[in-house]
Amino acid sequence: MGIISRGFGGRRRESIPGLPPGQYLTHDFPVLSAGPTPRIPLDRWSFTITTETGAKSSWNWTEFTALTSEDVTVDIHCVTKWSKLGSTWRGVSLDTLLAEVDTAADYTMVHSFGGYTTNVPLEDLLDSKAWIAYKFDGEDLEPEHGGPARMLIPHLYFWKSAKWVNGLTLMNEDEPGFWEAAGYHMYGDPWLEQRYQGD
Amino acid sequence: MARAALPGRLTWRAATLTEERWESATARTLVLDVPDWPGHLPGQHIDVRLTAPDGYRAQRSYSIASAWESKTVELTVQRVDDGEVSPYLTDTLQIGEQLELRGPVGGWFVWRETQQTPVLLVAGGSGVVPLMAMIRARGAAKNKTPFRLIYSVRTPGDACYADELARRVRDDPGLDVKFVYTRKTPDGWPAPPKRIDVATINSYGWPAEFTPDCYVCGPTTFVEAAADILVALGHDPKRIRTERFGGTS
Repeated sequence: MGIISRGFGGRRRESIPGLPPGQYLTHDFPVLSAGPTPRIPLDRWSFTITTETGAKSSWNWTEFTALTSEDVTVDIHCVTKWSKLGSTWRGVSLDTLLAEVDTAADYTMVHSFGGYTTNVPLEDLLDSKAWIAYKFDGEDLEPEHGGPARMLIPHLYFWKSAKWVNGLTLMNEDEPGFWEAAGYHMYGDPWLEQRYQGD
Repeated sequence: MARAALPGRLTWRAATLTEERWESATARTLVLDVPDWPGHLPGQHIDVRLTAPDGYRAQRSYSIASAWESKTVELTVQRVDDGEVSPYLTDTLQIGEQLELRGPVGGWFVWRETQQTPVLLVAGGSGVVPLMAMIRARGAAKNKTPFRLIYSVRTPGDACYADELARRVRDDPGLDVKFVYTRKTPDGWPAPPKRIDVATINSYGWPAEFTPDCYVCGPTTFVEAAADILVALGHDPKRIRTERFGGTS
């Protein structure tokens, strides 16, 4: 549109190669949630995968944390414009959780304690692209950041990395989750700046 | 001619600064003229995009302060001293100059006139902005839904919209406002400075049995504290809508 703001730009932060368009770097870890932070006792925690035929696989906390975990260092990008580079997590790969699940579905809905949902194509959860994380920076994941465990899908905007995760439903058709139904993009690729519907 | 926007697609629009008001020493309201603005709901936000002369760009999100009934798009921007965008918007942008914005965005942290239950608004600092849009929308519609605002500020001078809130408490039936001062109170205030606590929300909010819709907006630590108190007082977490900001802009 060609609107130039004279006098703007003098306070810009240094240019960072790892930043997608429209993002700025933060060293904090801002919090974005639609409601209060739920506190989930570990003895009431479980994670359930439900296939398109209704078959279920479930893990309680002891079973879940006994699975092979991975330490990953990733960049994360929030749709509210902040990015955090080189964040370190420990979690269970979705490849591990989905290894024994028999499905022909192409889409998933991620579910959380408190009712939050977000949709993610199944292929975006496979091949070492997604984890259920339970440690951040070497410490147990704090409730306000999604503890006991959250989804970690760093190649999509961070609202896809649902906090307080408790399940995954496999679906034949794509459906919008919570923020997607409120106008956010169905897929959310930060490198294509897919923030809102139609981007 | 502008191209027709695809339905549901948020295109960048030129906005012209037509008026300004200082709400406190560090918060400036920008009244923007945005041709063909589709309207907005109270609580929604917009994205602002600035382009420097050498092509460098930055984007930020700001809550809308005005109700659409006023047919204006107003932002109240709190200057963050080490920020990149907010000091430009508060101190450099001149009347008649333009910026780009798109929106409105957000369908969750909004109040709709059709909601039947009482409303509790809890604001920390500049978190009052989207809540003010709700109060203005209610006033413009002469809606009678009981509204209570609990507004935490550091000092009396930090309160935005203080005169308008006083006027609306007088003129808008069913609106109550309670200030909480965390560092310095007005002269003659009956209590020392304090942070928002269980007693504040218990005394000046609604009982949980009234099943109010609660909107909490402010810095992350404030929102975490206020939302936790509401849950502890028995409010249904599903009726507590939150919006947090980190103060990094």
